[in-house]
Formats: sequence, structure tokens, C-alpha cells
Amino acid sequence: MSTQGDPWPDRIHAVFKRNRINQVGYVPDAGHARLIALCQADNEITDVALTSEAEGAGLALGAALGGQRAALLMQSSGVGNCINTFSLLRNCGIPCVVLVTMRGEFADFNPWQVPMGSITEPTLKLCGFLTYRVEREEDVEETVAAGCTMAFNGNLQVAILLAQRMVERNKGHHG
Amino acid sequence: MMDRRQFVARLLADRGELMVVTGIGSSTYDVAACGDHALNFYLWSAMGSTAMVGLGLALARPDRRVAVITGDGDVLMGMGSLATIGVKQPGNLAVVVLDNRHYSASGMQPSHTAAGIDLGGAAQACRFARVEQVSELERAAEMRSLLHIGQGPIFIHARVEADDQPRIIPSRDGYAIKHRFMQASAKQS
Repeated sequence: MSTQGDPWPDRIHAVFKRNRINQVGYVPDAGHARLIALCQADNEITDVALTSEAEGAGLALGAALGGQRAALLMQSSGVGNCINTFSLLRNCGIPCVVLVTMRGEFADFNPWQVPMGSITEPTLKLCGFLTYRVEREEDVEETVAAGCTMAFNGNLQVAILLAQRMVERNKGHHG
Repeated sequence: MMDRRQFVARLLADRGELMVVTGIGSSTYDVAACGDHALNFYLWSAMGSTAMVGLGLALARPDRRVAVITGDGDVLMGMGSLATIGVKQPGNLAVVVLDNRHYSASGMQPSHTAAGIDLGGAAQACRFARVEQVSELERAAEMRSLLHIGQGPIFIHARVEADDQPRIIPSRDGYAIKHRFMQASAKQS
């Protein structure tokens, strides 16, 4: 079923459903707000609000041990909080899809977001992730679906970076 | 104050289908000293994450009981996860902290609990359904029973002696212990 007419968070949620993702960990974020709300309202998804993104890798490992698939939602700043805990995913071959709303890269009102935002993608690569960037809304569904295929067929770690230019256009306010 | 090996051995007696996740360092050695088991998952990295692995597993398997067995240093590094567990209220999860007030695997430096920081109080504040402090082996059987039938989330604050026990080192192959765990716990379909 095509969901191309829906807002991009709805299209990501549809991809989650098709891939039978049933645990979603997140730190509240304006860019991910709609997707978080969709996950919270979904009876087949257990949503877990985290105090720090660093908790997410442990959650994904536990989910996998219990036979479930997990995705994590975070801002680019959160990636820096995860570097050591991401080691769990590689050490055990745990599939995980991380959706990252980018900060500090396009007309960000807060310049303090730049240091982490500018190293987010190389950091993820150093942590062993495959990374994909989404610049345009029309590419969201295909890219997240491709990432899920790579993660869950191959027990790999995949990060989808959602460009700030795209996220901001839909957010309507600054977080 | 208890001998940690004796306490853990009593906790894991007749464990049945109990799933056990252990924290990096001494608590892994304590659980391994009871005998390797397919339903043990040992963490060898990411200190501070053990309670979160237990939460992810407990949420994925509400039909089973999950026990996290870890140390004070691991819980201190992941204090936020106590709040995360408190929000989700998993009824099938227990967190057992073997509190020796020291970083025993790295040279016995004192931890924050040596200065009086109260992890049981933190768990209480984070809305764990049941918080027990135990410092006598005589109560181990009662704690074991909680792991199997208590209403969670349960926090067992076990006060243990700070001594250097022989290191009993189980597999460090993350893929192997994952597959073993998943095969041993797969749902029958």
C-alpha cells in the first residue's frame, strides 16, 4: 500500500509496521514528535521513553534476545551519548535502525549544535553503522525501508539521517 | 554483610526458566560461578546498560521472568534507566544489585555507595513496585522467590562483602551467547 500522500513520519511508521518493529526507544524530540505519537498510539509497538539515548542500545539488545525488533529515534546530539553503548550491537550482531533528526547543519538557531551535528555521520560510521541521508521527503519511505532490509536481513546497524532542512520545513517551530 | 557468591548461588537455585542478564565484571563472574546456563546473558561492554537489556527483554517476553544481576558501579552509571523502568513498570523484571561499595574488577576503588548514596532509595523514588534491602544470607530464599513470583519491577539491594573472588570467566563471544539464549528461549509455535 502506497503511503506517499501521507506526512513523512506516517510513512516511516508504515515502514516500521511492515518490518514488524515492536519496540521503539526515543528521547522526546520536536523533529520526531509526530512519529513518536504514532508509535505511542500503536498497540503493536512498545514505546520506551529514555532518559538518555545511551539507554537505547541496551534496550535493542534486550528486545532482540526476546525475539523482537527495535528502532531508536534521536537527535544528532544523542548519537554522541551512545558511542560506548553502541558496542553492544556490534559485539552481539544485533539489528537496529536508528533514525536521526539532524541539528547544527542548516539554519540552526543554536550554534552549539554544530560540533556534534558536524561529526554525527562519521561518528556513526566509526561505530560500525551503515548510514543513509534523506534530503527530500519523497525519499523517506524508500530509504527507511532499505535501511530496515539491511538491518534485519543482515543483523546490521543502520542509521538514517534526516536532513535538518527537510525536518525543519515540517516542524513549524524550533526545539 | 553477605558473601556474594553464596548469595547469588541461593538466588539462582532451581531457577527453572528464569532469564538472567549480568553486568560487566564481578557479577558476571558470580553468576558464571553457579554454572554456565543457556538462559544467562553476560554483558562484556557498555557498563551502565545492564538494567536496560533486562527491560528490553522483559518487555519482549512478558510471559517469562527476567532477573538483572549486576553491581553498584553499573547501576550508578545507568541511574537514568531506573527511571525508565519506573515509567514502563514491567511486572516480570527484577534488578539485583550486589553492592560491595567498590569497583572490585578494576582495583577496589570506593564507589559512590561507599559515601552513603542509597541505590534502594533511588529505586524507591523511581517507583519500583518492591524494594528490598538484604544483608543476611538467611533471606536469600525469600529473595529467590521474589524473582519468580514477585510483582515487579523489583529492586533487590544486596549488601555484600568487598572481597576479591576468583574470576570465573564465561564465554565472551557475543554472537554465541546470543544464539544460545535465543534458541533456549524461543517460543513454541
